[in-house]
Amino acid sequence: MQSFAEQVLALAGRSAEWAEVFMIGQEETPVAFEANRLRAIETRQTRGLALRVVVGGRIGLASSSQLGDPQALVDDAVATAHFGAESAMAYPSERLEEGALDLWDEAVAALSVDAMVQMGQEMVDRVRAHGDDLLVDVDVRKDVATVTVMNTSGGLSSYRKTAISAGVHVNRTREDDILDIYESDASCHLQTLDRQKVVATLLGKLELSGEIAPAPSGSLPVIFTPKGVALTLLEPLAAALSGKAVLEGSSPLAGRLGEEMFDPAFTLTDDGLVPGMPSSAPSDHEGVATRRTSLVERGRLNAFYYDLQTAGRAGTQSTGNGLRSLSSLPAPSPRALRIAAGQAAYEEMLADIDEGLLVDQTMGAWAGNLLSGDFSGNVHLGFRVEKGRLVGRVKNAMVAGNVFRALQRLAGIGNRAYWLDGRAEVPHLYIPGLSVAAR
Amino acid sequence: MVHDRIESALRGQDADYIEVRLEESESTQVRFRGHELEELGRARAMGGSVRALVKGGWGFASFNDVARLREYVEQAVHQARLAVREPLTLAEVPVVRDTVRAGAARDVRGVSLDDKVRLLAEYNELLWATAPLQTTTVRYSDLFRRTVFANSEGSYVEQESLDLAATFVAVARKGNEVEQGFVSTGSRGDLRVLEGLHGEVAAAARRAVDLLSARRIKGGAYTVLVDPKLAGVFVHEAFGHLSEADHVYENPRLREIMVLGRRFGGPHLNIADGAAVPGHRGSYAYDSEGVAAQKTYLIREGVLVGRLHSRETAARMGERPTGNARAINYRYPPIVRMTNTFIEPGQATFDDLLSSVKEGVYVKSSFGGQTSMEMFTFSAGEAFMIRDGKLAEPLRGVNLTGNVFQTLANIEGIANDQAWSEGGGCGKGEQAPLPVSMASPHLLIRDVIIGGE
Repeated sequence: MQSFAEQVLALAGRSAEWAEVFMIGQEETPVAFEANRLRAIETRQTRGLALRVVVGGRIGLASSSQLGDPQALVDDAVATAHFGAESAMAYPSERLEEGALDLWDEAVAALSVDAMVQMGQEMVDRVRAHGDDLLVDVDVRKDVATVTVMNTSGGLSSYRKTAISAGVHVNRTREDDILDIYESDASCHLQTLDRQKVVATLLGKLELSGEIAPAPSGSLPVIFTPKGVALTLLEPLAAALSGKAVLEGSSPLAGRLGEEMFDPAFTLTDDGLVPGMPSSAPSDHEGVATRRTSLVERGRLNAFYYDLQTAGRAGTQSTGNGLRSLSSLPAPSPRALRIAAGQAAYEEMLADIDEGLLVDQTMGAWAGNLLSGDFSGNVHLGFRVEKGRLVGRVKNAMVAGNVFRALQRLAGIGNRAYWLDGRAEVPHLYIPGLSVAAR
Repeated sequence: MVHDRIESALRGQDADYIEVRLEESESTQVRFRGHELEELGRARAMGGSVRALVKGGWGFASFNDVARLREYVEQAVHQARLAVREPLTLAEVPVVRDTVRAGAARDVRGVSLDDKVRLLAEYNELLWATAPLQTTTVRYSDLFRRTVFANSEGSYVEQESLDLAATFVAVARKGNEVEQGFVSTGSRGDLRVLEGLHGEVAAAARRAVDLLSARRIKGGAYTVLVDPKLAGVFVHEAFGHLSEADHVYENPRLREIMVLGRRFGGPHLNIADGAAVPGHRGSYAYDSEGVAAQKTYLIREGVLVGRLHSRETAARMGERPTGNARAINYRYPPIVRMTNTFIEPGQATFDDLLSSVKEGVYVKSSFGGQTSMEMFTFSAGEAFMIRDGKLAEPLRGVNLTGNVFQTLANIEGIANDQAWSEGGGCGKGEQAPLPVSMASPHLLIRDVIIGGE
């Protein structure tokens, strides 16, 4: 595969000023339990190669899953370059090593399907022990991948990565009431995948979900759990911090660099260098070294995240956030967003609320005008808070607001941040007043 | 030759059922952002997958190296053996041998990149020329695919498909406020769908600017008049997903709740789905299990009369397969999906419905939606207050939620103006976006919760 990539690059180098090959080889093995029982075992092998060229100063792109005909690939890429955007990229020339990121675990690579079935069965059994009317779905999967980026300016990055994940979803159906709770974890390492915690967290929420309480409405204090933050607030925030949205002025944060835009206790970092995390890598998908980027520092807007082309056009440097699929050009994408833990204990925040809501799962909050920072989602799993206590699960309610206004003044930031699926690290966030609509 | 290779790979395997899909595809993607053509790419893919069933357990392997087919068949059978449960006989369907070709009047395969780019550039410039915008995005993709399906029962289907999807987005900004207007469309690979869109595209640009001065709605329960585009998303999210039998068959309580014959809405409500409805993005001749497409009524005169099946779910529920097992591509196994989902037209006119609303909200166009089976959301791209039967001031940021057990019964009026939307991409599990189409007339629904500040 490596030699095919070199062949393509050499061939492309004859007709292009610059060329880059992005290559992936992946084997994913999901083991799925459905309704308390093992249902399917799958293996998905994928490989492919994308060629990006610059011809006459313009960018072209072609990709293929077949490693047979380098000339066809070069012809396709060169043909598209005729129409392509003018390149503003600073061409990488670094040779990057896998380094100390600890992304490979032989124990994951060698993990047998039987062992995965056993892991999943244990999770099913532990949840099922809490009720005969529970239907448990479990997904245990491993992912073994090789990524290579090489270009004609001497840049090279090649790394291997293992990932193992375990997700559990419980369903309890009663007459006209369907309860769904899900939790998951992911890691590059078998040892650090915390299945016990996944199950314990889920069971804790299940225990709270027995009673249904009337949904409160109006402007109310709302605590988002880490999962609630990720499902509701992180996406509009990430969209506005993208260098591309900033460059074209469609981000409300464009032109506000250095200003106090958020609560003074709010700090947000994009971090692709956390050892053992599936979101980490020595480089992005265009060969730029991964880094840690402080986006918001104590409420002050500090930076945006960039890929090569966007950075070039904006007159700045790539932050190593150029991620892509095989068939698309890189675009600025966060690696792992980390909101720094604050001072407040969860219990203190809860105790502070006279009447309000704890929101864990929302649904459909992503569907809307994300660019504006507005969000509006169904409270899929949430609990009514009364006099500092959780008094029951809430249904048929919408929570809505604007992420920039909501994060301007926080009543509390949890004193512990939790990793979610190896993709984000988030504490509880306590927003003093947010609109809740109910019947 | 392919046929022989598959037959020889299936020979001597010890499984209750095996199927093979081999696939070749070619796609083009174009994206304008701002004034510039940001991305133009071509992708070719070739791969396949094997699915094997042994005593109710499934094994599945997907791959790019088609030459090693026999090894992958063995792997899938081996994995199925590890997942063995009780025996399962798939619902019986006719053995099929057929070849299905794809074609379109103005076939994307016969149009040069030059012409595609020029057409899209024209619309992009129209957006810019219509209103003072911050930026624009024009996205286009087309896909040609040839699939060979063969199973151990002797079916062998060669099927081609064509798909095209395009979205035109205008973004306007004033200070911290950012708004969007957009149009989405699509077809079965026929570029004519992109001809003559000038009126709609220009309207999207004006809408983005107009929304900047719209007010935000106060959260609460409202009577809503839903336009055909958003009502299509509503029927997809509110009822379509719950009709997918794989959500139901393993859940004994839900099977009781979703029992055929249960009343969900008034006698004016008729909902159906089917790939056999011709000419839409969700149309096909055979699904990914080689089952011929059909049209299935889900709700007839307000009563649940059917649901969407794969061969497995049909067998487990003792119902008939409906040809709704779809895989987004060779990398994934088929699962129960919608195709073309629609609400049939009623008797009322749009004016009848509008004039009956004392205070409510007119919601149009869609950003998308989501469902958890019981609860669902659907998000409007455009909205207006209704006062005393007349459209009043524009609103923004309108996202709606409902509960399937209440909302279908709360449909008070169904207009006679059914229209199709072809811009749909559905996600389920890891498989997205799957081409689906939706249709509905205007609907009047009581007591829908809208989130708001």
